[in-house]
Amino acid sequence: MSRLREVSDKALTDGRKLLIPYLVAGDPSLGVTEKLMHQLVQDGADIIELGIPFSDPSSDGPVIQLGAERAIAAGTSLIDVCDLMRRFRSKNPATPVVLMGYLNPIELMGYEEFTKNVSECGVDGVLVVDMPPTESFDLRQRLQDVDIDTIFLVAPTTSVERAKLITQVCSGYLYYVSLKGVTGAALSDANSIRTRVSQLRALTKLPIVIGFGIKDVDSVLRMSEISDGVIIGSALVSAIAKLSPHGDETSKEIETATQLIRDARDALNV
Amino acid sequence: MFDQNSNPGSPEHDLEGPDKLGHFGPYGGVFVGETLISAVEELAAVYEEASKDSAFWEEYDHDLQHYVGRPSPLYFAARLTNLAQGAQIFLKREDLNHTGAHKVNNTIGQALLAKRMGKTRIIAETGAGQHGVATATVAARLGLDCFVYMGAEDIQRQAPNVYRMKLLGATVVSVESGSRTLKDAMNEALRDWATNVDNTYYIIGTVAGPHPYPLLVRDFQCIIGRETRKQALDQLKSLPDALVACVGGGSNAIGMFHPFLKDSEVAMYGVEAGGDGLETGRHAAPLSAEGVSPGVLHGNRTYLMADQNGQILETHSVSAGLDYPGVGPEHSWLKDMKRVKYVAATDKEAMQAFHDTTQLEGIIPALESSHAVAYALKLASKMRSDQNIVVNMSGRGDKDIETVARLEGISL
Repeated sequence: MSRLREVSDKALTDGRKLLIPYLVAGDPSLGVTEKLMHQLVQDGADIIELGIPFSDPSSDGPVIQLGAERAIAAGTSLIDVCDLMRRFRSKNPATPVVLMGYLNPIELMGYEEFTKNVSECGVDGVLVVDMPPTESFDLRQRLQDVDIDTIFLVAPTTSVERAKLITQVCSGYLYYVSLKGVTGAALSDANSIRTRVSQLRALTKLPIVIGFGIKDVDSVLRMSEISDGVIIGSALVSAIAKLSPHGDETSKEIETATQLIRDARDALNV
Repeated sequence: MFDQNSNPGSPEHDLEGPDKLGHFGPYGGVFVGETLISAVEELAAVYEEASKDSAFWEEYDHDLQHYVGRPSPLYFAARLTNLAQGAQIFLKREDLNHTGAHKVNNTIGQALLAKRMGKTRIIAETGAGQHGVATATVAARLGLDCFVYMGAEDIQRQAPNVYRMKLLGATVVSVESGSRTLKDAMNEALRDWATNVDNTYYIIGTVAGPHPYPLLVRDFQCIIGRETRKQALDQLKSLPDALVACVGGGSNAIGMFHPFLKDSEVAMYGVEAGGDGLETGRHAAPLSAEGVSPGVLHGNRTYLMADQNGQILETHSVSAGLDYPGVGPEHSWLKDMKRVKYVAATDKEAMQAFHDTTQLEGIIPALESSHAVAYALKLASKMRSDQNIVVNMSGRGDKDIETVARLEGISL
């Protein structure tokens, strides 16, 4: 069983909601990202989504775009992201990490090389935003061969028939996109999301987590109530944006950047 | 996709594709976020149905004739021919279309699709502003809201077209992210589309984007090649020996080339923006430059200018309309199949051709089209005088006169 599966199964058995923060690798620097990842684990993150920076993130809103621009300006490559992962893994063998990004950097590295690299550095899952199931066969097979989960999104616009197909190829967890739009936009009404999630519930045993638009304790509570967990991205990335890029941040500042994750964990544990 | 024989009015679909999922060999496909999948699938279904409907093509043909002013002439450029001292040079006059370029062939067709789908809001991306103007034009005509995304950099470079779009009632949205040019405008349009997917139709301006765009934009642009074919047979009594067209995203080129793909005696040349020269790296020539690999951007797999880490590179061209790091996926396939030869003309060569065409033929060509003329003059000089070349004069250069003046140190 994959580490991702183990962690989510255990959480669900214990009645614990999954808390999944997203941050961009290398924003503002690889060193700071590593510190943030350990801090997030302390704060109560169950899984970490680690963004591979890309120059043209067309599914993301301005906050994550700017995070990616900062990471690229700092020279972060996909190989650097794997090195960061290796360092994180040497100190933390337990917390699953999912790489999230766009296909082009992976295409340029080559699927074989990418699979080898992510497998060696201890990545647990891969989510490629612009790779729908129909275009995913090759990469998905390769990742499956090395026990890495491929995670897919389901959107409000996804038909039930298509959702069924997605649940058949998705592993790890199913990521429900709460809204029509880009990351960081305003959350739509909870009732329609609830309806959609219960439709999905009937299709899969995978944990269903909700992302896009979750930016405070209130939305964490509302969305976790109707799902197995939540992903917090833009809100965390905008807190990280306040950190110094020069590596002179204090541990206090690192803690401040992840305050929302602690608050979310506290609220979920009540 | 559909049975072409059932409707003689519909464009030819031949062996080159795409397949049902939009693949041209390894290129093309659908690479967008999940939120947009239903929209592109709906569009593919609507287009498949519309393309079998002769009434759809009748309305399209009617608009092209009475609104755009087609057919556009195939004009013998005697003095350019004389300059090159070789093959006879003909110009396919897309510059004479309403709005001044080939772009309108596509926006007319896509507007009909938007109407068919009951969409009330149109969005588009634009680089030089020609596609934005052509989109704002059809939106005005149909009374639809229109938002055009344009890089902040390009808004500076193409002020007259920005004002033209505003006059037509469109909202021009300045894109400040990334390199602030065409690729970033396309990112922003995709974000808008994902947000407003229920009521919005996205009119992509070139043969790129996710399937079915490369297919349907090609089909709407094939009028160029179909007319050229007929005009060549009428006027020259034979097919041309060579076709030359500029390639940014590649819509005017594919429209010219596609109806001739099976005519193996017709040579084809796609001319990319060589910028400061391919050897400098400052260009927009993913097909003709050495060492460019396929990648994925804006919904399709294609040759793409990226650094070794997969980040998209900023491109360079004197012509805003060619300043794009990718290219339509069918061109990538035609390159690999060696059916079309892809070459480049530098900024300097294009500027020379701009002046030659203006002074010798009394035609001010778009800087994009000037790249095609530049290469055609070279090609013609190596061919015999009993051979014929057709150059796609894809647009007129009125929009570029400020750029040309600025580059030559003249203030207007």
